[in-house]
Amino acid sequence: MLSLIAAELAIFTIFVVAYLFYIGKSVTGPLPKDVLELPIFASICLLSSSLTIHAAVSALRNGRVRTFAIWWFATMVLGLIFLGETAREWHHLIFEKGLTISTNLFGTTYYSLVGLHAFHVTVGLICIAVAMILALLGKLKQEHSERADIFSLYWHFVDVVWIVVFTVVYIIGR
Amino acid sequence: MKTAIGPDIVEGQTMLQEIYHDSPRQDHKRKIRWTAILLAGYLLAARPVFGNSEDPSQVPNMFKPQSTPAHSIFHLSLFVLAICAVIFVIVFSLLTYSVIKFRRRANDDGREPPPIYGSNQIELAWTVIPVLIVLVLFLATARVIHGIQQAKKPAEAIEVIAIGHQFWWEFRYPALGVLTANELHVPVSDPSHPTPTFITLLSADTDHSFWVPRLAGKTDLIPNHENHMWIDPDEPGIFIGQCAQYCGTQHAKMLLRVYVDSPEQFKKWVQEQSKPAQVSESAKEGRRIFETTACINCHAVSGTVADGRFGPDLTHLMSRDTIASGAATNTFENLRLWIHDPETIKPGSLMPAMNLNQKDLDAVTAYLETLR
Amino acid sequence: MASETIALTAAHDVSQPIGTILHDWVTTVDHKKLGILYILYALVFLVIGGIEATIMRIQLIVPHNHFVSPQVFNRMFTMHGTTMIFFVAMPILFGFGNYLIPLMIGARDMAFPRLNAWSFWLTAFGGLLLYFSFVGGNGLYGAGTAPDVGWFAYAPLTATAFSMGHSTDFWTLGLLVSGFGSIGTAVNILATIVCLRCPGMTLGKMPLFAWLNLVMAAMVLLAISPLTAAQIMLSLDRFLGAHFFDTQAGGSAVMWMHFFWIFGHPEVYVLVIPAFAFASEIIPVFSRKPIFGYPVMVAATVCIGFVGFSVWAHHMFTVGMNSYANSFFTITTMAIGVPTGIKIFNWIGTMWGGKIIFKTPMLFCIAFLFQFLIAGLTGIMLSAAPFDWQLGNSYFVVAHFHYVIVGGILFTLFGAFYYWFPKMSGRMYNETLGRWHFWLFFIGFHLTFDFMHVPGLLGMPRRIYTYEPGRGWEIWNLICTVGVVFQIAGTFVFIGNLLWSYFKGKAAGNDPWDAWTLEWSTSSPPVEYNFARIPVVKSRRPLWDIKHPEDPDWKYE
Repeated sequence: MLSLIAAELAIFTIFVVAYLFYIGKSVTGPLPKDVLELPIFASICLLSSSLTIHAAVSALRNGRVRTFAIWWFATMVLGLIFLGETAREWHHLIFEKGLTISTNLFGTTYYSLVGLHAFHVTVGLICIAVAMILALLGKLKQEHSERADIFSLYWHFVDVVWIVVFTVVYIIGR
Repeated sequence: MKTAIGPDIVEGQTMLQEIYHDSPRQDHKRKIRWTAILLAGYLLAARPVFGNSEDPSQVPNMFKPQSTPAHSIFHLSLFVLAICAVIFVIVFSLLTYSVIKFRRRANDDGREPPPIYGSNQIELAWTVIPVLIVLVLFLATARVIHGIQQAKKPAEAIEVIAIGHQFWWEFRYPALGVLTANELHVPVSDPSHPTPTFITLLSADTDHSFWVPRLAGKTDLIPNHENHMWIDPDEPGIFIGQCAQYCGTQHAKMLLRVYVDSPEQFKKWVQEQSKPAQVSESAKEGRRIFETTACINCHAVSGTVADGRFGPDLTHLMSRDTIASGAATNTFENLRLWIHDPETIKPGSLMPAMNLNQKDLDAVTAYLETLR
Repeated sequence: MASETIALTAAHDVSQPIGTILHDWVTTVDHKKLGILYILYALVFLVIGGIEATIMRIQLIVPHNHFVSPQVFNRMFTMHGTTMIFFVAMPILFGFGNYLIPLMIGARDMAFPRLNAWSFWLTAFGGLLLYFSFVGGNGLYGAGTAPDVGWFAYAPLTATAFSMGHSTDFWTLGLLVSGFGSIGTAVNILATIVCLRCPGMTLGKMPLFAWLNLVMAAMVLLAISPLTAAQIMLSLDRFLGAHFFDTQAGGSAVMWMHFFWIFGHPEVYVLVIPAFAFASEIIPVFSRKPIFGYPVMVAATVCIGFVGFSVWAHHMFTVGMNSYANSFFTITTMAIGVPTGIKIFNWIGTMWGGKIIFKTPMLFCIAFLFQFLIAGLTGIMLSAAPFDWQLGNSYFVVAHFHYVIVGGILFTLFGAFYYWFPKMSGRMYNETLGRWHFWLFFIGFHLTFDFMHVPGLLGMPRRIYTYEPGRGWEIWNLICTVGVVFQIAGTFVFIGNLLWSYFKGKAAGNDPWDAWTLEWSTSSPPVEYNFARIPVVKSRRPLWDIKHPEDPDWKYE
């Protein structure tokens, strides 16, 4: 998993570099300062989901499957809220501001970087959902805690990437 | 040239030596036969180099430099080649020696040789020495890099904008008001009173690369990315080059010629190129056809309605020796064929076949022939 | 591929129906079978890539030749490059790695057998996807075209404006898919080497083969990912109208170059390090001495792994970087010559004082040493940025990297084939045919690639489908093409030897070379579980310790 994360890190790095390179190089508008708002609420949700998944995994390690399920479910909800917020933001940008991936370089880099991250969140959520179903069916036991632990690495990674994306897109980019 | 093929020749000897020594058990006849074949091959290959069967001015040989950047690269390359040759000889001898000396003999006693696991002193030696060689090479190289890239532009310098197109070259002389294609004219640069040419490189479509080996190293023409290079040819003549970055179907025939003129010739050339197109009564019909067909969508003839910019400017077409970016000489037949069916000269070029009848074709060609 | 697989397995179990055998191979998760699948798959593509190269050489035999059109020629060099790098070199090296790493470190399989199978099939379908472009590149209604953008596909030639139809999409997606396969395999190799070594095998006692593959796998992870990212961007450009590399909308062509070469140069080391690994196993055995300077070899490889990531822009000396960037990439590129040189010296040190046995694997490795020396030196010439302004993108460069890839990698690969063929098949190859193969290929290689340097020095750029007469290029191109004949003959002898030896070769026994690493301690071919009992090792040459209990290695290491 660590090596997979290394590879993912390299992919994200390339996208971030592209974003930074193209800041301010758009030929036409709209520009980021006109349309972007800080997604504070979504960020808080996503970042706090790191805490909940940590709580879930440590619960499972101690054999408390019920507690695990609660925390795990909380993680899922927080992740879903984040995705929903992203969707709302995109809807706003596309239908109200007229910014699409082919509008200008900002659109290109913004949608691909944020989209790549959202794609990773989605993959993570699917995994969480599968584990959730297994937990509800009572198939998830203490001996699976190592796997949950490894998965939580991925989730933390996605969170850390969001911090970078947030900084690049919403702070430096604006 | 001799320096350039030096390693190859030495390597030929490697092959011979290896063949000779590596297979002690093989019979001698076979060895001799291989040796003969190889020798014959090498002699055959070496013939044109020493015999010089081509017109040397047509060979874009980087080891016959005629301009400062090419000269300094040439000197650097001799230095690098010399160091590489020394390394080659040493390592090659070591390798050959160990392969021959330590082969298992026919009378081997079957015992394993004594194991040696390594030696820190030796490792240190063959780490430090290469590091020193690298340092020396780097310093020599960095000097040439800075010398070429950070050269000052003198006030007398000629400025040219070169624009790469699929698959031809556009040259603009903004200060002189001249516009031409495929054949770059520059004045010879007298070292005591230098008039170098500084070229700004742009591209209209894909990546290209400007490479005239006897004048300078290559520099790419990249859309959205301005590049610069300079040349100061020290002798008049025609210098051959071509596009060196794959740019599409007809990359191979995106040829390039640089005409180095004496100062007087260059002045005269500029004067003639700055005039508008000549109007000739004899080619009125051809001109009418030219101006009423698709020709003018892409081509310009100054002083007329033709102002297309997609293809080469034709105002002084007949002052050029070649057409289709050097793919054919500029004769009546070639020009006619080029208009009639560009695919036979340059398949994949963006010039469309004009589908004119024979009479119109002759008339248009005759009109173009008047554009001097 | 399938038919060959059937033929090979059919010889093993005549009793089973073909359907069962096929099912067995398609669904296998055994690292040895997957390794062989990788190798056979790559051999098929090697032949295809070779045919493409031959077409190009025929076209260039004389100036103004009309053997193929420029369009076809451009497709040929694009497909040749892409095929040879992504669908020959990588899979074949992964194949050997897959087959040998668990055997060498005393494991029963790779760490993730199912991931292994998944990676192989991704790579396989990536290749098929690329080649499907011949049929579907123009849309199914058209005549069909393969990509013609060059194997490094510089923007904006790949933009929809300049590359219509879907050929470039096939190229992008084919590489994207096989790239995921490569990442999977790299993860697998890393995990296997880190976690599954047998008792006693510390990192310092691993065979060099495992060490070098470890470095290679780490490099794959960090090198393929940028390519994947760039391919995603290119796909977004082509399918959704994004502007990453669209120069008309402010996009940057140079950025594609950077992204591609951040992958592209480490990729060279990804390919050459396994070649070093073969040489580091074969040379000691046939010199009858342990490898000279084991820790230094490891350090040099790791050093190459790191420095390899800081040299990419030496492919871009001509794109107009400023003089400081040019100087930086000059020094890093020259610096990487140092650890590479150390390796050559260590191999000489290994042979020094030994008793060299000239069997076919060793012949190939010795030729590799000579050729790699020359390839390294021409590399030093190219690393001097101003010299590269002349040599870059010329036939000199083509000759240089073929010297690395053919003279270096392919030669050791042939050596590896002969060396491990007895282990994989249980039969000895034919030594006479092996020597014929070696000499034919050796002569062909030198005819083609020695003389290819010269037209580059005389100003012949690469990727041109034809050239003007009278520029001094004719004779050299003629010789290059003549060399191809020898290479083809050599390849025929090679394939003939493999097939003949598979069916008719003498039984090899467990350890035909009197070698020292663990794969030779098990049966040939190894049983599915590799080792009946997991071995315990004390030194880098466990079999030496067993064979020479009076003078074991572990006393000295």
